[in-house]
Parts: sequence; C-alpha cells; structure tokens
Amino acid sequence: MMSTLRTVALWLERRLHLTKLWNQTAGHPVPASTGSWFYTFGSMTLTCFCIQILTGIFLAMSYVPSAAESYHSLELLNYSIPLGWVLRGIHYWGSTCMVIVMMLHMTQVFLWGAYKYPRELTWISGCILLFVTLGLAFSGQVMRFDTDAYWGVGIGASVAGRIPIIGEALVHILLGGPIIGSDALSRFFSLHVFILPGALLAFVSLHLRLVLGKGINEQPKPGVLVKRETYDKHYSEIIKREGVPFVPAAINKDIVANGILILVIVGLALFVGPNGPGTPADPTIQIADAKPDTPFLWLFACAALLPNGSEPWLFFVFPLVASLLLFLLPFITNEGEKHWRRRPVAVAIVILSYLGIGLLTYEAITGPWSPQMDAWSGLPIKAEYVKGRTPLELQGAVVFQDMQCRNCHAIAGEGGHRGPDLTQVATRMTNPQLVRQVIQGGGNMPAFGKNLSPEQTRALVAYLCSLHPPNVPPAREAVGVLKPIGETQPTPSPTPGNVAVRGEK
Amino acid sequence: MASDDPHEDSAHEMPKYDYSATRRDFMLKLGIGINAIAGALVGIPIIGFFVSSIVKANQPTWVSLGSIDQFPENATRMAVFLNPYRTQADGATANVPCWVKRENGENFTVFAINCAHLGCPVRWFEQSKLFLCPCHGGAYYEDGSRAAGPPPRGLFVYENKVEKGELNIKAGLLPTLANPA
Repeated sequence: MMSTLRTVALWLERRLHLTKLWNQTAGHPVPASTGSWFYTFGSMTLTCFCIQILTGIFLAMSYVPSAAESYHSLELLNYSIPLGWVLRGIHYWGSTCMVIVMMLHMTQVFLWGAYKYPRELTWISGCILLFVTLGLAFSGQVMRFDTDAYWGVGIGASVAGRIPIIGEALVHILLGGPIIGSDALSRFFSLHVFILPGALLAFVSLHLRLVLGKGINEQPKPGVLVKRETYDKHYSEIIKREGVPFVPAAINKDIVANGILILVIVGLALFVGPNGPGTPADPTIQIADAKPDTPFLWLFACAALLPNGSEPWLFFVFPLVASLLLFLLPFITNEGEKHWRRRPVAVAIVILSYLGIGLLTYEAITGPWSPQMDAWSGLPIKAEYVKGRTPLELQGAVVFQDMQCRNCHAIAGEGGHRGPDLTQVATRMTNPQLVRQVIQGGGNMPAFGKNLSPEQTRALVAYLCSLHPPNVPPAREAVGVLKPIGETQPTPSPTPGNVAVRGEK
Repeated sequence: MASDDPHEDSAHEMPKYDYSATRRDFMLKLGIGINAIAGALVGIPIIGFFVSSIVKANQPTWVSLGSIDQFPENATRMAVFLNPYRTQADGATANVPCWVKRENGENFTVFAINCAHLGCPVRWFEQSKLFLCPCHGGAYYEDGSRAAGPPPRGLFVYENKVEKGELNIKAGLLPTLANPA
C-alpha cells in the first residue's frame, strides 16, 4: 500500500515538479524574526479576498443585476433562500475587514520601511491593490441598490461632472446612459464581479511574486541603514544566518491570526447580520439620507466641512497629489533608516492620518452638517423651555417650530446641528443682533426676511431672547441705547463698569 | 540546487536560432500583421460599445408633467415623470421627481431634485420656503437660488412650456455641473 502511494507521489513529482514549486513558494526562506504578529496583516488581507471571492460567487447565483429586480433578489437572499443572509453578512463584513486589515498592513509596511530598496514595486503594486479594493468596496455598495446606493451613484456622477472638459463624457460612461438606472447598475456589476476582481487577482499575483523574489523585509534594527550597493548582500547574509522556510517555520502566527479573523467575520455576520438593503432605490422617496459605506465616510465628511469652492481641490488635486505621493514614496525615501524609532516624520504621518481619518469618520457618522429633516414636526420643545414665557414668546416658539428652525438648530441638544445650538442663545446675542440674523441670514444661514412677517419676527426674537439660564443675564448692547423690538431687553446700564458685556459664557 | 529534471535547463541548451531566415521572418511578420488586424476587429466593437453612451448620448426631450391644474399658483409641488429613455429593467428608478413652482397663470419654474453640490435629493419646506439637502446641508430659496451651505450655484432648472393645458419640461439627463439640465 505504502509503496503504491509512494509510486503515485513520485510519478506526480516527476511531472509537476512539486518539490521545486514548494521550495520557491510556501517553503521559501524568510528571516526567522519575521514570524511576528506584525507580519500577519498581509496574509489576513489575502484571506479576506478569498472569502469575498467565495461568497461573491455564490451570491451571484441569486443576485439579479437589474434596477427593477435587484432589491427583490436581495430580499430573497435575506429572507427566503436558506442561509442567504449569512452569505450576505460574511460578504459585507469580509469587505469591511479587508479594508481595515489592508490599512493595517500598509501602516506596518510603511513603519517598518519595507517599501525601500529593493521592494519599490512591491509597494507600488500594493498601492494599486489598495485602490482596486476601494473600488470593489464602492461598487459593492452600489450592488445593494437601495436609496443610499442610488444617491451614492448620484454623488459619483456629480463628482465626475465637476471635472472640466471630460466631465460630461465621464458621467455618461459611469452611468452607461443619461440617467441613473439599470444601465448604471449593470456597469457597476460588471466592474464589481469581473473587472476589479480580475485586476485584483493579477496584481495579487504580481505582489506575491515580488514578495517571493525580493524576500520578505527583515525586522529592521535602529541604526542599520539601507544602501543600494550593499543591501542585497546584507539580506542574503540574514537569510544564511537565520533563514527558515516560511512553511512551516514562520507561518504559525499567520495561521492563528487568520483563524481569528475568519471567526470575527463570521461572528459579525451571524450576530450583526448583513447590511441592508435599506429603502428601495426609488428617487421619489424623500427619506433619503445618502451616506457612503464606512471606508468613504471621511471623504463624505470632507465634502461637507471644507469651505465653499474647495471642491476642485478635494475631488481632483488632493486625490491626484496624494496618490502620486503614495506611488512615489519608495523613490522619495529609497535608502536609509528603516526602523520607525529613527523616523519621526513617518510616525507623525501615521498618527496624523489615523487621527484625521478617524475624526472625519466620526463626524460623518454623527453628520452634524445634515439638517434633521423631521425635527420641526417630530420634536416638541421641552416644557422647561416654554414654561413661564409670555404669550408673545410662546407665539415665537410656535414660529420657531413651524419655520423649521429646529431642523438646523437644536434646543437642549435636540434637533439639527447644522447651525448653533440655541439653548442659551440670549446670552450670546442681543435682540437687534438676532433680528438681523433672522432677517438677513449670513454665516451659512438662509435669510428669512421674505418669509417672516414683522409680527412673526418680533415673536420669534422675543422667544430667542428668553433662552438663557435663570442665573445668567441676557446679552446687552455694549454702547448706546437701541430701542428693542421685543419687550424683554433690559435697558443697558450707563455705568462704565457694565460696558462691553455680551454675556459670553 | 541540484535537479533530476532533464528539462530543467533546456532553455539554455537550445541550438542557436537563426532570426534572419527569410521564410520564418516572413511568417512571423505575417502573423503579427494578421493578429493586429484581428485585434482591431475585436477591439473596435468593444470600445465602440463601451463609449456608445457618449457618442449616441440621448438629448433632453419634452416630457409632460400632466395638467397644469394640479399645481396651485404661488406654490411649489413635487411632480414625478417617467424618464423618457427608460428601459424595462429600470424599475422604480425610471420615476424622476422634480419640484414645480407655479408663479402665476402659465408661468412655471421647474427645479431638478438634485442638489447642485453632489446630486442628493433636496426637499421642499413650504413654511420656511426653503429647499434643504439632507447630505451636506445645502439650502436654497423659493426661487432656487443658493441660500446656504456648500452648493456652488442655485438649483438646476428644467426648460418648460405649457401646451394644451399640460406642463412640459425638457428632461432626460441627470443634471450635474457638467450638464445643468
């Protein structure tokens, strides 16, 4: 029996040269010190990709890429087809995890100086993989084809439409037609299941070939500098000194990390479940609060937070310069120190990038710039903010609700956060200042002059002037005595000691 | 690394190849030529198909929003029309909403639903006479002009005309800054 097996094995070996293949791939020598937790993120990204391919293939068996049918097919997957919801969940969380571990992988490679000579192409192919993965994440969101996806495509088209000269042509290529419809979905489907995964496979192959060809980066030591003339010799000495076959000597932590990763993804799929689909992609439904998926929230936040007119910078100049810097990084610092302890700028870049992206993502989740569309009709003002008011002030509170002020202005933290919270507005602004602000607008507030009668304005401002804590007096004019429109303004004291009091807390 | 494979280094043991042999040379050039033509014949239809959405781009066309009687004077109402270039697969996405403002008589202004900032759907608030966008808080006045927020311009406006008591607008394209309705 054993001898038969041995004969078969030898026969296969003679034809397939498996030993040679093994020695050049899984068994290739790596520095023993790279068997480290920090070196597991690359294989974790690859694992995520495999999960995405596997679940994606089976999801495609039920998904219908048609604007009229896709929503229904997703509901079938969620509720009717056995375990369809689990597959959708794994695919969704696998995608989220893929972006996260890819970011970690990139951070580690950056901090360990692994992009330096002779691994420039490994870094560049990795950058391409990053963009392809983000493309997959975005086109994957479009597959959900709910309101978020529909308006997400709209945002994509609007961004493309801002590009000078080729903008219009680009919109048509993106949408495959004049308007967002089934052609647009089909284009994104083709991108999501054929073009981008194909590109990813090709560049993963290149990436791995480069990893095998140029060897995995050794654990850098502070003070050991990379020089083009000596590095190759230096690396082969490291391999001679502490080289071990990747499988089985250095893969153990990868296996543990990947096992945990898969458990986390499946766990999230089982206990949190798939994402959406949300409201159907019907443009006549007015409850849309279009938000992109997590990897793009920070860009979404930028679009809201940057000053007017900066869009060309945000949408073209910034991505162009950022990706150019990213791709050229190995040529900008090709040699020298690899260890992060001796590279303060690199550490600062990582910390600032994470802080920036983290804060912007947080801002995008809370979305303080979005008016709360139903606050005026759905959020009554709390009793303590109307108690003891005069009839005029109460009338003002009604105007405040009825004119949708609440959609942008919170009282006691409830309501929109587009504009300032008005819980204590009377301590900041005087009656005439409030009148001017309401009538003329300004500072990113529309002017309400045409839509409010003088009586409404007087009542509204009277109510706003009552919004101050009992122990804090309302703001007063610094100089002169102005005839207040509302009745609550106290006459400014003529004593010099009270000049310039605006009651700012 | 010693190998027991006889073909291992065969690439280095090939007899010297004579590249100038005329018949081989001719066949090589012929082969490249034929495949270049074949490649073009496959490639041109593919590229043509891909960019056909630009070359044969649909132009805006007149669409009816129905009788003008449904729009009261001095008021703004939502109207929904079917995308004139819809296909069967479009489903609900063929319904395109827009905001119709009837000034007086047969005097209309029809705004696109898409915010001029990034195309999100703006909503009309009758009481404060404002259009508000849910995405980044763009705000527009009753006449469509920009009131606040990030939009670079006012709302996109469809060309309109009244014919036989029906309001018609010129529509069929997604309004973007490159193609303002």
